[in-house]
Amino acid sequence: MNGFDFILAGTLAAATPMLLAALGELVVERSGVLNLGLEGLMAVGAALAFITVYSYDSHAMGFAVAAFGGAALSMVFAAVVLGFAANQVAAGLAIGVLGLGLSSLIGKKFESLTITGLPKLSLPLLSDLPFVGPLFTQDIVVWLTALLAVAIWGVLNHSKLGLIIRAVGENPHAARAIGFPVLRVRCAAIGFGGAMAGVAGAYAATVYTPLWADGMIAGRGWIALALVVFGTWQTGRVVFGALLFGALSLGELAAQAAGIGLPSQVLASIPYAVTILMLAVISSNRRRMRLNTIASLGQPFER
Amino acid sequence: MKLTMIRRDRASRAAMFAAPFIALALTILSSLVLFAVLGKAPGQALYSLLLEPFLSWYAFSEVLLKTAPLLLIAQGLAIGFRANVFNIGAEGQLVIGAIAASALPVWYPQGDVPLMLPAMMVMGALGGMVWAGLAAGLRTRFNANEILVTLMLTLIATQVLNYLLLGPWKDPMGFNFPQSVMFPDAALLPILLPGTRVNVSILIALLASVLAYVLMRHRFSGFQLLVGGLAPRAASYAGFSERRAIWISLLLGGLAAGLAGAAEVAGPLGQLQRSVTSGYGYSAIIVAYLGGLNPLGIVVSAFLMSALAIGGDNAMVSADLPVAAVFVFQGLLLVYYLAALTLIRHRIQVIRPDEKAIP
Amino acid sequence: MTPLLSLQGASKRYGGVQANAGIDLNVDSGSIHAILGENGAGKSTLMKLIYGVETPDEGEILWKGAPVRLTSPADARRLGIGMVFQHFSLFETLSVVQNIALIVPGTQADLSRRIRALGDEFGLAVDPAAMVHSLSVGERQRVEIIRCLLLNPELLILDEPTSVLPPQSVARLFDTLRALQAKGMSILFISHKLEEIKELCDTATILRAGRVTGRVDPAAHSAKELATLMIGRPMPPPLHPTPHGVGEARLELVGLDFANDDPFGVSLADLSLTLRAGEIVGIAGISGNGQQELAALVSGEIVPGNADCIRMMGRPVGDLGAAARRQMGFAFVPEDRLGRGAVPEMSLSDNALLTAHGRGLVTRGFISREAERAYTTACIARFDVRTIGPDAEAGALSGGNLQKFIMGREIMLNPKLLLVAQPTWGVDIGAAVDIRQRLVQMRNEGAAILVISEEIEELFEICDRLHVLHQGRLSPSLTTQATTVEQVGAYMIGAGDHSA
Repeated sequence: MNGFDFILAGTLAAATPMLLAALGELVVERSGVLNLGLEGLMAVGAALAFITVYSYDSHAMGFAVAAFGGAALSMVFAAVVLGFAANQVAAGLAIGVLGLGLSSLIGKKFESLTITGLPKLSLPLLSDLPFVGPLFTQDIVVWLTALLAVAIWGVLNHSKLGLIIRAVGENPHAARAIGFPVLRVRCAAIGFGGAMAGVAGAYAATVYTPLWADGMIAGRGWIALALVVFGTWQTGRVVFGALLFGALSLGELAAQAAGIGLPSQVLASIPYAVTILMLAVISSNRRRMRLNTIASLGQPFER
Repeated sequence: MKLTMIRRDRASRAAMFAAPFIALALTILSSLVLFAVLGKAPGQALYSLLLEPFLSWYAFSEVLLKTAPLLLIAQGLAIGFRANVFNIGAEGQLVIGAIAASALPVWYPQGDVPLMLPAMMVMGALGGMVWAGLAAGLRTRFNANEILVTLMLTLIATQVLNYLLLGPWKDPMGFNFPQSVMFPDAALLPILLPGTRVNVSILIALLASVLAYVLMRHRFSGFQLLVGGLAPRAASYAGFSERRAIWISLLLGGLAAGLAGAAEVAGPLGQLQRSVTSGYGYSAIIVAYLGGLNPLGIVVSAFLMSALAIGGDNAMVSADLPVAAVFVFQGLLLVYYLAALTLIRHRIQVIRPDEKAIP
Repeated sequence: MTPLLSLQGASKRYGGVQANAGIDLNVDSGSIHAILGENGAGKSTLMKLIYGVETPDEGEILWKGAPVRLTSPADARRLGIGMVFQHFSLFETLSVVQNIALIVPGTQADLSRRIRALGDEFGLAVDPAAMVHSLSVGERQRVEIIRCLLLNPELLILDEPTSVLPPQSVARLFDTLRALQAKGMSILFISHKLEEIKELCDTATILRAGRVTGRVDPAAHSAKELATLMIGRPMPPPLHPTPHGVGEARLELVGLDFANDDPFGVSLADLSLTLRAGEIVGIAGISGNGQQELAALVSGEIVPGNADCIRMMGRPVGDLGAAARRQMGFAFVPEDRLGRGAVPEMSLSDNALLTAHGRGLVTRGFISREAERAYTTACIARFDVRTIGPDAEAGALSGGNLQKFIMGREIMLNPKLLLVAQPTWGVDIGAAVDIRQRLVQMRNEGAAILVISEEIEELFEICDRLHVLHQGRLSPSLTTQATTVEQVGAYMIGAGDHSA
């Protein structure tokens, strides 16, 4: 496999954990809540999924447990920011730290054990195409994630539920005045985001690299947060950003394998540097940011 | 029966003081439950956690040693948090500060100049300021979110550290360990309490606390930062510059973190090594909040957090838990504190089904 | 006959404020019923009880004679109650039809068709596909009304609907409401404007300080009698200050253009005006036509960059920020008091420091707490601010008291040029009169004052000259004494001659 095929084949899988977490966070932020705890939620999902798959040899169960764990931990966040109307930045950081700690606590006994990942499925016909063929041989979660992205786009833009989430995010007071339960909508969004982050962690630890190691999320939760900003809160653009970062991290591996004369630390820094660069480029368009930014994002709602 | 929260007409001072202690009590309680669930003896854990740090002079001196960087960094961060500038990358600023300070002894390992140490401190502070200044520039010039930028810069800083320790700065005599040469005596902070590792950095941190107090309580420029944090539109109405607030917040945060990094390598570490990034920058965020973002409160919370970290380490070791589990502790503490904070502006009232709320 | 809606002894309390106390109200089928009261009398709270946004602490609500418990607006809508909010409950980033689809069932295509049909029937034309942020304030009100009508309500509540309309459009709204009444709908019309109620309503329930003070046929009573019921004493006479010698120019806008990069904001084009010492100039017009942008440009919160397009005290200031302009003798009372004119969580003392720091409250960078307190205490005393003292948090003051405090703080700076935006929004009549008197007194002492206000009557009362701001453009200067409300109204809908 040459470098190009390698990147092409691996981009989707590399993008999947970031994309799953970012899609969940997108829904949370659309409802007006900023959850900075993704990194910790992903770590908890990763540890839980790894343990489950290791113990019961069922990926389906692993993903389910991770989703449940992520949602459960995010309910702690919901209680603090919705029930107690606390500062969302601080609460998100707290949940992130808590999640990292919990993941290392429960995962300790399982470090350096191995499990098998998921088989790759080739889409008939498409995977035989010249040149782009490798793109269409992926594990099932990648395909499901693609479907999920379409579903989230559909719900946010073309359903009553999506309208309600957006209304709550733009102007919670008006939403309440016409009778929508702002806190309940936000709570549901937070739970969904937590479950998605858990699943994202599960993919990272049981499929993408089937192993558990403390700190294995390695900033991907933060990149997912950045992806939501890059995507200016639009589903399609978030997907695009995730693919870009997937390709970037693959490119890094390919470059290392090819023995490019740069220290590995420089290559490892590239995704972070690109994140900063992209943030600057996208955010500097103030008009576009103002049009898309969620008006009540990060602000506690009190009657 | 139902609980409701009723907004108070004004902030309650009593609740303000009580909140961190309520949080602490709940955290300890939760941890005990957690220990019990994990099959560890809660009594032993409690002993290690709460008493051991104070039972020996050595343990207590370690608490003081750890207090210094936490206090210094938290004071710097709290200024920014009050101005709504969220620098969460103090860890990276600390690393860059440590690297900048280490440059001198690494390049002049035989250096025996009295100026070495002050120069290192200045380098450390500048290093931290440059790293935080990048985020300030990106925010003021390009509107880039400082939370994400400072965090990304931290991840990059860790890579810079790894690169130096595995490459050009690796001690040739160090058996291939990722660490620099040992620093000469002229590059080490004087010990404050003989027989311990406590050095003068605790004095620096206390001095910083006094300065932070004066800034936030008595200086007009501190007032401007407060207004910017509480009501950004009021700040703009009064003509207080937002750019200036961002620059001040990030530069002070970077300065404190960079200085703390310099004090680590010139203090307990005595060389540049990977363990310089041991999480002070993150813990300081929690210290800042637990102290109510108040310079005096932070002195107390830094000491408490340090004691808890020492006690937590003990508890983890005695219960054979990973050291990272101390994050559980910190996370819970902040979660409970944020919830308890609501009591400052709200009181909780119990409503029985047959009764109406009594205001 | 059983009333369509009745309230018996409804009470509601917020913290220490009794917003409604023992309200009895009967609304008959097919009537236009007025709720009359000044700001702070409890009208909006009462409407929230009826629409299910809040639940009463005590008392009962009956619908067609049967007791009902309304725990959400959805409950109210199911019964057949619709509400048009004063500060609209619309979402700017959604289209008209999306806003409507939020509470009205049906596909968007079907709803669009019905929106057009209703618009034609009742003179409420609006484009269903338009984004709400691109609509004028009047159009937004139409969207709110249409959204209610699509649910075929039996009772329609309108909260201060005329405050966002120019005089000509008020007549059109009244036609629409009468047409709805003719189809059997009841209307609950909330207002503090006596003439409107006399013109439109069959019955009026009058509120004062949260209690009912009268139930009358408004057509059978004089405005004076209604006012007495509403505020407990006769309406204070208008001021109409005598013209006065004017001095040098204190504020000049010279062809000021402002291209707004906020997609939800208004751009301004070619604004010119001159304001001289010893006069009050008013900016009339409905909010949302560039009022906020104009205020921010004059105050320096937005810096246009081009120095010469704004001149203060004869000097170009277009490139100076708010602090520099304040140092030249400019002061400003903004329309939003909490969060802009004052920091809600800070004490009044600290709020004084916000803009009065140049008055010896800060020496060599250190805050002088005694000076701060002295200034605040003086302000509280001179401007009759009802509060527990300088340590009270700004957020705990009532709207009128906070406005008096902010006004006092700015007036005590002895500004050469004062900008006041919406001076009496949400302020009770007593405080409003006081505020207007202070402005006139300052004018007589030689200050130059620019007043931006939605209340035409207020501007006619205190201003020497007027401009009308409509869609980011300013009318020529109109001398108040030689101008009628109708002429101003024409400019407010863009029908005036802007080239004159």
